[in-house]
Amino acid sequence: MAKTIIPIGPYHPLQEEPEFFTLVVDGEKVVDIDMQMGYNHRGIEKLSEMKTFDQSTFVIERICGICSTSHPFAYTRAVEDIIPMEVPERAKYIRTIIAEGERLHSHLLWLGLAGHFLGYNTVYMWAWKLREEILEVMEILSGNRNNYAMFKPGGIRRDIKPEDIPVVVKKLDSIVPTLRLLLKAVTDDPVIHARTKGIGILTKEESINYCALGPTSRASGVARDVRKDSHYGAYDKVEWEMIVTHNGDVFDKVVVRILEMLEAHKIMKACLLDLPPGEIDAKIKSIPPGEGIGHIEAPRGETFHYVRSDGTNSPARHKVRAPTFMNLPTYKATVVGETISDATIILAAIDPCYCCTERMAVRDPGGRKLYDGEAMIRLSQEKTEKMRRRRLI
Amino acid sequence: MTREEVLKNLKNRFKDDIIEVFDKSSNRVYIDIKPGSLVSVATYVFNDLEARFNIATGVDVRYHMEILYHFTFEDLNLLISFRVKLPKDKLEIESLTSVFEGADWIEREMHELLGIDFKGHPDLRRLLLSEEWPEGVYPLRCDYKEWDEKAIRDRGV
Repeated sequence: MAKTIIPIGPYHPLQEEPEFFTLVVDGEKVVDIDMQMGYNHRGIEKLSEMKTFDQSTFVIERICGICSTSHPFAYTRAVEDIIPMEVPERAKYIRTIIAEGERLHSHLLWLGLAGHFLGYNTVYMWAWKLREEILEVMEILSGNRNNYAMFKPGGIRRDIKPEDIPVVVKKLDSIVPTLRLLLKAVTDDPVIHARTKGIGILTKEESINYCALGPTSRASGVARDVRKDSHYGAYDKVEWEMIVTHNGDVFDKVVVRILEMLEAHKIMKACLLDLPPGEIDAKIKSIPPGEGIGHIEAPRGETFHYVRSDGTNSPARHKVRAPTFMNLPTYKATVVGETISDATIILAAIDPCYCCTERMAVRDPGGRKLYDGEAMIRLSQEKTEKMRRRRLI
Repeated sequence: MTREEVLKNLKNRFKDDIIEVFDKSSNRVYIDIKPGSLVSVATYVFNDLEARFNIATGVDVRYHMEILYHFTFEDLNLLISFRVKLPKDKLEIESLTSVFEGADWIEREMHELLGIDFKGHPDLRRLLLSEEWPEGVYPLRCDYKEWDEKAIRDRGV
């Protein structure tokens, strides 16, 4: 039987992480998937070995535009683990605030795009409007909308001014009603139910076997969160809950992320109101030979850094593992058996870079182009529209 | 199980496989094991102790090659790294893909960047490097020369 191959990717100027997916389809159904990466392999691990420990913080920050806090956070923890040392209390709180702000804007970005792929441009507009508020908060706190450059081994670079706190808290509070509205809109909407419930299921066993991380695994009932388990930052000082659901489908991944945003707001606000006074930098004098591991919970899951020092002023080895590295292979478990029009949202559900899906192209065995990226999104949107018209739900 | 029990348990069970235990701090432990016993240790840690596999790190330390397999024990806030040392003239070790799927990509990555062979890996294609990257040039090794002429031959540089 002739199989149809759907190549997705690999390269697009909008992508932050280009990947190349090959879907093998039989009619509408996906029967196999293969992935190829490395189009954006910049050799940052090697580059970091040529920089000093302080310079590396900035290199690491530029691994990803969205996770521009997670990588420096994990890296500074790894460097502090070599010594080993504790950072000042105030620095811990400020680190937590910045990390949670990043989680908020990252999840909102994802929610907007997920809505867009399903043909729900209202969700898309609302989510991105909210994200703008968060970016403004980050600008007030750090001076930048992205790439905050707040981290350094031993502490943080800039302090938060006390007069900024009421403004920030007010801005943060203003997004909560809309977040609840979004949560209600998503959980009550029959069309979203029909498009996401029972789609792309990752079971608990599969999740553990693939070593999946973050919201992807927590939606499958795996109660693992580095923030709860590893006692870093100020996460053990404030009250918050780990969000775990049990179905493992796309719907649960949406719900986990929205509920996590509410928790992130809670953590951020508590830290801002409870900010202890004191130093913000422990001023590291030298880094002894040895090895250190730093891991933190990024928006997409655990970010892991391993740093080895040989006593000089630059790392002898620096290993970086981003959460998507472990989450991507779960496609093998989730996409196979589903239809092409659902593939778009399943591929987006683990929160990789969505722009990949924009370059989807369906070709027949002769290589003739049948659908391009826009057509794929349209296909997905039309399915929603059709369901809505037929009132299937 | 507490932290001490886990360590004691490992020491008793793998008496002949463990070379050295380095207890760095309350939540970081490094254990040197023999390369031959990696699969049995990893199977026990992953399946019976229910640890999560974080990732593996390959390091070229000039006279030999090291691989660290990092496992997290979430409820104990403990991270154990199992270290194997491979001689430079025989860079091969058993693959862990038969134990858990999560080892698939990182072994492919170490294979192409450091030139370590993983016996029993189902699919050791390249993961990050492009097709035009020359065979036998491993960028994360100590002896790799930057701007290697062979490495950039097809790029028109």
